[in-house]
Amino acid sequence: MTRNTMIDGWYPVGLASQLDAHGRVTALMGEPIAVRRGEDGNAKVTGGNGRDLPACIRYGHVWSSLGDPQKPLFAIPEADQPGRRLVDVGVVRVRCSPLRAVENFLDIAHFPFVHTDILGAEPHTEVQNYKVEIREDEDEVWATQVKFYQPQAAKSAEGGITTEYMYRVPAPTCSVLYKTCPPRPAEWDVITLFVQPLAEDLCDVWPWMALFDDETPMTDLIHFQQTIFVQDRSILENQIPRLLPLDPGMEIPTRADLTSVAYRRWLKRHGYTYGAQLVAQ
Amino acid sequence: MKLYDYALSPSCYKVRLMAALIGMTLDIRPVDFHPGCEHRGPELMALNPAGSIPILEDGDLVLTESSAMLVYLAAKAAAQWLGNDTAGRAARVQQWLSFSHRLTASLGAARLHEMLLRPGNIAALREQGIAALRELEAGLVEQHIRGQRFLASDRPTIADVACFPYVALAPDGGVSLDPYPAIRLWSRAVRSLEGFIEMPGIHRLHELTPAPVLEVGEA
Repeated sequence: MTRNTMIDGWYPVGLASQLDAHGRVTALMGEPIAVRRGEDGNAKVTGGNGRDLPACIRYGHVWSSLGDPQKPLFAIPEADQPGRRLVDVGVVRVRCSPLRAVENFLDIAHFPFVHTDILGAEPHTEVQNYKVEIREDEDEVWATQVKFYQPQAAKSAEGGITTEYMYRVPAPTCSVLYKTCPPRPAEWDVITLFVQPLAEDLCDVWPWMALFDDETPMTDLIHFQQTIFVQDRSILENQIPRLLPLDPGMEIPTRADLTSVAYRRWLKRHGYTYGAQLVAQ
Repeated sequence: MKLYDYALSPSCYKVRLMAALIGMTLDIRPVDFHPGCEHRGPELMALNPAGSIPILEDGDLVLTESSAMLVYLAAKAAAQWLGNDTAGRAARVQQWLSFSHRLTASLGAARLHEMLLRPGNIAALREQGIAALRELEAGLVEQHIRGQRFLASDRPTIADVACFPYVALAPDGGVSLDPYPAIRLWSRAVRSLEGFIEMPGIHRLHELTPAPVLEVGEA
């Protein structure tokens, strides 16, 4: 068996706001880990055999790795802009491949059917052309110029608008979405999906947001995003095959699936196959 | 009328669904149940020492049990939903209202365990949930033999609203509804009621909405 190249990546393992000295036991790619606040106030993460694991706190979450991260955690420069509301949406566990959770987040064609009257509505089901690229310098997947008609795109949106999106995959189990910001047209709202791989077919999903919205109460922002994600959850738990197929043949993509195609190609190129299915298997 | 509400709570959804079905408007006060645990904070504990939601406030009246809220809404605005026109029916409604607590304690707890990482013995919770589903399936089959589509009557009552959410969300806790054809038929009947609203995990019946028509020049 080849080495799991995802082992050196950073993964979310808990909310920074809930970090305490008592800590919590969770898992990363099959290995039990413990996450707590150390005596120095920093996050302390230990692996199954008691060894210290790398740890950092960023974007509202504690991050760790089972291996030896070669790069710092990816940057989200917008997250540091003053004036943004930072929203800890909280964990939701899903019995699905961590890669499938990300892939679903990248898909817009399901909006009218799964997020009916919120992120989409019939008959506005068409996905217009958009651009997808694997950016070599950053080594990230990007989809830009994505446009979709939405009845209620955000908590701060009044009525239907055509929303513009950019999607970004900076790490195999993380995606950052930039979305039209109704109160500030010159800026993008940032909505992320951070996925903690517990096993190849089980994950804890930690959505997080950095929004320009001074009006909406925090609880409403949390509920809006939890509502969207839990609408996806039952779909994710019923996808077949459970692992994300990386080789052609299992599924027939359409034009609307360009982002998914690029994501799978990028995963395969790097050997990011934890949670994936290959023909050879 | 103010409802202390959590979007993902099936018990809160019972009250929202009841209000929608009888055309009543609630003043929704969102509670940060997860991840904030606001229901265990001082403000809500003062209102409900049990530390649970939903809580329904109407003037001096404070209700903390969802079945009582269903009774209150129905009695106020749509008494036919009480299903108390005969002694047998009234008793049947009460039977299912009490039964609905078993669904909360089994399927509801399994869902919280599987979805929001709350503690619990998942194997035991699923086993209790399956026992409750089998009982419900048998009850619905008997109703069909009597020629009645709903739990206590041929028309929906508060008993259906009390039992529907946790049953419909059983798969969230890893309990399949595939073995229960009468439950699936009943779920369809509930979801096709005039005024029905969904919650995350309970999808509307798309096939019952009119076929979408795309106007020329619209996309």
